[in-house]
Amino acid sequence: MMQYVVRRLLLLIPVIITILLITFLMKALIPTDAVTAMYRGQLSEKDAAQAIATLRAKYHLDLPWYQQFFFYVGDLLHGNFGESIRLRRPVIDEIGYRYVNTILLTGLALAIALIFGLTTGILAAARRNTWLDVTATTIGLFGISMPAFFFGLLLILVFSVWLRLLPVVPHGPIAILLPAFALGAIEAAPLSQVARSSMIDVLRRDYIQAARARGQSEMALIFRHALPNALIVVLTVVGLQIGNLLGGAFIVETIFSWHGIGELAVNAIQWRDFALTQAIILISAATYLVINLVADIVYAWLDPRVELLS
Amino acid sequence: MTVLMVEEPPVVVIPRWRVIANRLLQSRAAVVGGLIVLIVALLAIFAPWIAPHDPFKIDPIHRLKPPGFDHWIGTDEVGRDLLSRIIYGTRYFLLICAITSSISATAGTILGLVAGAGSPLTDGIIMRTIDILLAFPYILMVLVVVAILGPSLWTGMVAVGIAGIPGYARLVRSTVLTVKGEDYVTSVRALGANETEILFGTVLPNVLSPLIIYFAFATPLSALIASALSFAGLGTQPPAPEWGAMLVNSRTYLFSAWWAVAAPGLALFVSIFGMNILGNGLRDVLDPRN
Repeated sequence: MMQYVVRRLLLLIPVIITILLITFLMKALIPTDAVTAMYRGQLSEKDAAQAIATLRAKYHLDLPWYQQFFFYVGDLLHGNFGESIRLRRPVIDEIGYRYVNTILLTGLALAIALIFGLTTGILAAARRNTWLDVTATTIGLFGISMPAFFFGLLLILVFSVWLRLLPVVPHGPIAILLPAFALGAIEAAPLSQVARSSMIDVLRRDYIQAARARGQSEMALIFRHALPNALIVVLTVVGLQIGNLLGGAFIVETIFSWHGIGELAVNAIQWRDFALTQAIILISAATYLVINLVADIVYAWLDPRVELLS
Repeated sequence: MTVLMVEEPPVVVIPRWRVIANRLLQSRAAVVGGLIVLIVALLAIFAPWIAPHDPFKIDPIHRLKPPGFDHWIGTDEVGRDLLSRIIYGTRYFLLICAITSSISATAGTILGLVAGAGSPLTDGIIMRTIDILLAFPYILMVLVVVAILGPSLWTGMVAVGIAGIPGYARLVRSTVLTVKGEDYVTSVRALGANETEILFGTVLPNVLSPLIIYFAFATPLSALIASALSFAGLGTQPPAPEWGAMLVNSRTYLFSAWWAVAAPGLALFVSIFGMNILGNGLRDVLDPRN
C-alpha cells in the first residue's frame, strides 16, 4: 500500500511541472506586452524606454524564459501569486474567500449528485428492463443533453418567478440551494449511468448467485452483497466528476451570481487580467489533482487488486 | 433410386454499410435522433428561405413580444424575430460541431496512430504527454486556450477542439494496439505487405468503429461546452444568432420575456439530445459486444 502511495505521488511530479509550465506559458504566449501597454502614449519615447527597461528588470522580464520560469515558481512557493491589474490588489486576497465559496457549492452539488445518481442507478439496475429502468435511462439522457446554463435559468424561472418559492437574488444560506441543485442534478446523470452498469455487472457475479441460492432476500443481495462492490467503480468516476463540477461551476456561478472562483475566472478572462486567470487555473488544477489522488488511494485501499495491476 | 436434388441457395453478399443502415433503421431511438439531426441540417442549409424574418433586423417597437401570429415564438430585447434567429442558429451549431470535432478527431487520430504504430520511444513520449494533459480538467484546458487567444467564435471553437485531442489520441492508440495483435494483421504481414500498407489498409479501417462511436458522443459534448463559453461571453459574441450567445442579453429579461430565454435553450437541448440518442443507436449497432 505504502509503495503504491509513493509511486502515485512520484507520478504527480511531471504533472505538476506541466501545469506550472502551462500557466507560465500562458503569460508568455499572449500577443500583447503588458509593460509596453502600460506606458503607451503617456511618456516621451526616451522616458518610456527607460521606464520599460526598469520595469522589465524588476519583473525579471529581461531574462531568458527558463530563468523567468524559476522566478515564477519561486514566487509561487513564497505564496506570491502576483497582483491583479484590474482589482489592484494581490490575487490571493480575492481568490481566498471565493475559493471557499466554490468548495461549498461543489461539495453540496456532489452530495446532491451522489444521492440522485446512486439511488436512480441502483434502482434501475435492480429493476432492469422495467419501466423504472427505462425512465431512469431516459432522464439520464436528458441530463447529459441539458446545457447547464439553460437548466440554471429554468430553475430560476420555475422556483423564483413562477412558484415564488425563493427570492430571485437570495441572501444568506438559502442562496446556495438553486446553484447547488443545478450543478448536482446535471452531474447526477452520468453518475447514475455508471452506478447502473456497475451494479448490473456485479449482480451477474457467481457470489451473488450463491447468496441467492442460500435464500438471501433480494434487498440483502442488493444492499449488503452487491452495493459495496459496485460502489468501488463509482468512486473512481466521482474523482473525475469533481473536474466536471469545477468546470460546471464557472457557468452556474455566473448565472446565480455566486461569488466563487468560476465566476471570477470568467471575469478575469474578459478583463484580460492574466495574473488572476493564471492563479485561478493553477489553484483549480491543484485542487483537482489532490482530490483525484485521494480518490485513487481510497480506491486502492478498498480494492487491493488495483495495487497489483498498476 | 431417386436422387434428391437440393438447389443451393444463391449466395447474396450484403455490403457492411447496408447491414449497419438496416439495423440503425430498426432502432427507434436512432431514427428519432437521426431525424432531429437531419432537421437541424436542413434548417441550416435552407435558413434564408425558411426564416420568416431577417435574424439581425432590429425593431424596437416590437421588442419582447410574446409568441403570436406575426412572430411565432416572440421577439427578443431589441425586437429581432426569435424563430428566425433560432433557424439561423442551426448554422452556428453545426459549424461548431464540425470545427471542434474535426480538430479533436484529426489531431487525436494522427497522434494515436503514430503512438500505437510507431517505435516505443515515440509512443512513450506521446502517451506520457497525453496522460499529463488528461490529468488537467477538460474545461480548464479550454479556458487556458481562450485566455491566451482572447474570446471569439473561432478561438472558442479552437479551444474546445484542442481540449478534445487527448481523448481521441488515447482511444485510437489503445485500439491500434489491440488490432495490431490480431491474427488477420499477422496474415497480411505474412503476405508481404509493408508497415505503411498495414497501418492504413488494415489497421485504420478496424479502428473506425470505436472512433465513430466516440465521435458520436464527443461531438455533442463539445457543442455544449462551446455554447456555454458563448453564454459566459467567452465564445461567439452577440449579435451573432448562436444559441448560447443569444442568452447573454436576453437572460436579463427572464422575468418579463421567458420565451426569449426558453427558445434558444430548448433548441440547443433538443439538438444535443438528438445527437446523443443517435450516438446511442450507433453504439448499439457498431459495438461488437452488443
